[in-house]
Amino acid sequence: MDSESTPQINITIDGVELSVPKGTTILDAAERIGVVIPRYCYHPGLSRPAVCRMCLVEVEGAPKPQPSCVQEVQDGMVVRTGNPEARKARRAAIEFLLVNHPLDCPICDAAGQCELQDYAFETGQLSTRNVEPKVVLGRDHVTPDIVYFADRCVLCTRCVRFMDEIAEDPVLQVINRGYKSFIDTMTDEVFEHPFSMNIVDVCPVGALVNENFLFKPRSWDLDQTASVCPGCSQGCNVTLGAKEDKILRAKPRFNPHVNSYWMCDHGRSAVVNWGAGERIEVPMVRDGDRLAPVDWSRALQALTDAMRGKPGTARAIVSAGASNESLFAVRQLMNAAGFEGGEFRVSTGPESVLKGFPKLRLRADRVPNVRGAELLGFQRADDPIANASGHTGTLFILEDELDDAPEGFGGNAALFVYIGSKMNAAARNAAHVILPSPTFAEAEGTFTNYEGRVQRFGQALRAPGLTRPIWMSGSAVLAQLEAGEQLRTAGVAFAALAAESNEYAGMSYENLGQHGAMVASSAAAVP
Amino acid sequence: MAYPHEHPRETRVLSKYFGDKDAIGIDGWIERGGYKALDKAFGMSRDEIIEVVKDSGLRGRGGAGFPAGLKWSFMPKNGDRPNYLACNADESEPGTFKDREIMRWTPHQLIEGIIICSYAINAEHAYIYIRGEFVDVVRVLNGAVVEAYERGYLGKNIRGSGYDLDLTVHLGAGAYIAGEETGLLNSLEGRRAEPRVKPPFPAQRGAFGMPTTVNNVETLAAVPGIVENGADWYRQWGTEKSPGTKLFSCCGHLRRPGNYEVPLDFNLKELVFEICGGPPEGREMLAVIPGGSSVPIMTVDELDCDVSYEGIEAAGSLLGSGGLIAMDDSTCMVHAVRKMVDFYAHESCGQCTNCREGSSWLAKILRRIERGQGREEDIPLLLDISANMAGKTICPLSDSAAVPVVSSIEKFMDEYMAHIRDGSCTAVR
Repeated sequence: MDSESTPQINITIDGVELSVPKGTTILDAAERIGVVIPRYCYHPGLSRPAVCRMCLVEVEGAPKPQPSCVQEVQDGMVVRTGNPEARKARRAAIEFLLVNHPLDCPICDAAGQCELQDYAFETGQLSTRNVEPKVVLGRDHVTPDIVYFADRCVLCTRCVRFMDEIAEDPVLQVINRGYKSFIDTMTDEVFEHPFSMNIVDVCPVGALVNENFLFKPRSWDLDQTASVCPGCSQGCNVTLGAKEDKILRAKPRFNPHVNSYWMCDHGRSAVVNWGAGERIEVPMVRDGDRLAPVDWSRALQALTDAMRGKPGTARAIVSAGASNESLFAVRQLMNAAGFEGGEFRVSTGPESVLKGFPKLRLRADRVPNVRGAELLGFQRADDPIANASGHTGTLFILEDELDDAPEGFGGNAALFVYIGSKMNAAARNAAHVILPSPTFAEAEGTFTNYEGRVQRFGQALRAPGLTRPIWMSGSAVLAQLEAGEQLRTAGVAFAALAAESNEYAGMSYENLGQHGAMVASSAAAVP
Repeated sequence: MAYPHEHPRETRVLSKYFGDKDAIGIDGWIERGGYKALDKAFGMSRDEIIEVVKDSGLRGRGGAGFPAGLKWSFMPKNGDRPNYLACNADESEPGTFKDREIMRWTPHQLIEGIIICSYAINAEHAYIYIRGEFVDVVRVLNGAVVEAYERGYLGKNIRGSGYDLDLTVHLGAGAYIAGEETGLLNSLEGRRAEPRVKPPFPAQRGAFGMPTTVNNVETLAAVPGIVENGADWYRQWGTEKSPGTKLFSCCGHLRRPGNYEVPLDFNLKELVFEICGGPPEGREMLAVIPGGSSVPIMTVDELDCDVSYEGIEAAGSLLGSGGLIAMDDSTCMVHAVRKMVDFYAHESCGQCTNCREGSSWLAKILRRIERGQGREEDIPLLLDISANMAGKTICPLSDSAAVPVVSSIEKFMDEYMAHIRDGSCTAVR
């Protein structure tokens, strides 16, 4: 919209003069100067029906208040968003919405993240003029996991429009009319769609709720962290909601290049279940037949000593769910021992496209960092366990659970290092050193998505026990071997990667920004 | 006696053949001079037709009174997209039943008007969106359309003019809001009859996204006469701003209810008391709604005015659709207003917050007052809700729901107070 060929329009909003491209709406123009006009039916990713009548503003010379979400700016327009007339219009819309609203905030999932609640407080309506009985419509499932509370619904139709315009599967409709209206499928049966949970995200109130999340936390108890979904190689930007060291939900975070405002249902459950199960929380070193829990300095010393003893060239089985920083650290350790080759396997599933934003797919590769692993010289393989089973030199395992490894796997290796978050039979029987590592939610890092976009994710949870990311522990070993420097933060680890790799040249945590950046080979391919 | 009542003071132009069964069929219609205007129109250029209609001052008869010729002139002249005409026959304004009679008795008058208009705006397809409840009228209209096709007035190369037009009769499914022009277009497309945000106006993006003119039945039915006889002929009736004649659907407490056609400079009081015969024996007239239930209620003292658009407006109401509802002194005004608001609450499409919630809230309060459980603070509350509904929504239904409330409180406050204070009613039983 900001292209130079678009003529600029001069307007005044709340006394501030500004210039915006022709075709901009009042609502969008106001946001440029930090004036957020309240809205329900408006959603930046959807069409604009102008039905909630919340965003009415006074336009000088217009006979009545104008809906700012659809009214385009005109030269010389003078807009007031906070004068008595606009405020009265807004108060009126809120009062009308509350006439039949149950006001059950104390038991409502949306309390604390509810736009109706926010604006009702903002307009200061603490008592009601309504003494009439309310319309009661009840509740129903619209998908097996989503419950619709009709009484709370403000009929903004964002969910209807999402299914129609973005999912392009118009299963939801407004049923009945007037004060009896509610949202449902035409057949009164539940529907299923791989992107259905987005209707919960777009709901401005507590009408559509995710049953898997219902009644678990209050929204204000959640710690919010910007992250990247690990559910597939798409790399959707998400906000993780965590409470008491548990991820309770992922909501999509806007990135126009990757996922717009949306994400799939698979990703949401993948996030919540990621790394579930019992964890290894302390480093371990082999002592005869058993693995002895030790502190980090002993574990790292043991690994340093073992590598000084020249155990032979290194092979690895890594996970494409590990961050670039962790993969790079393993690669550096392997280089120190002599790199022979590393492989990873990828679990796959059927693809689903979001038709209204076709760039967003639930990708077949159900791990986040296939491209990142490949760029660091690791190869995708169907059976890396078989390929590595007879290896006699150094063997690194990074975050692969080795669930299906045969008995005696890794027994021939001169040095077997297991870096992971879960104990398993193969590691217990054969590993010489075990370094406990955090999951993606417990550390900072980057993933490189299917098209080569490098994106940062933040740490949402405290890393349990003594777990430490391998870029931190591995670099300590390399420092002792005088083969590298100790890396103390993820940002420094990424900078080390960027310094070594042409693909990541020039990148840093600071300049990746909110939308990520393309690796060199992809940036060249995409004009 | 012809169709229910006629009166010597009427000026029957559109309704000339009401009650004449032989005028329904195409042969009878041609015998009575039908389709002559069409032949004349094909001898004129499109702009000439639009000019004549503009000069005649014909205004939209659906309620808003927008000049018809001006509306036609908004249509793109040489667009690469098809143009459409939608005839609004979804007559559902309470108290209005004039279009029904035009279609019932003189379907070819409407079809001729549609063809002329379609030719003038270069439409390739015309639709009659008719109220589904008009079962018998639909039957008549469908028969007439078939006849018109058979005689070459519709279809390819109409009357050798080289102009093609198809006409489809489309039935509504029972929603008042489908009579709002953009709600009508949505319904025509198979969507919910929810009014659209304007702009874009139908002449820019109408039916199926194409430029479309939407006109009322009575407007289009007046076109053949204007084209045949000229603008001055039409201007012999009515006022400068409101030329021509208009049908009034008169109902309620009247001795002779029915459709009456009068020039637009006719006196409203004479229409009510002379033509319609005033209230039944032994009753006093209490109030009149002159243009369908969406316009302000008038007291008997306010009736001495022209029935023109500007005349009724000056007297405190609106001409609207010409659906005149008379109420005598047996009427409980609170009850009457509650029934009207109930109607709007029921018919609100529900997309705009203010209308959906406001209309049902008004209805609940009025019901409570009617039961004798009103409070004095309900009066300012009703007025404030009405103010919050009016002018804040996409279409004017919200305003319509507020109008009877506000005008009845202004003019019949005593009736409200009798209910609120004494739990009684001033209606004379």
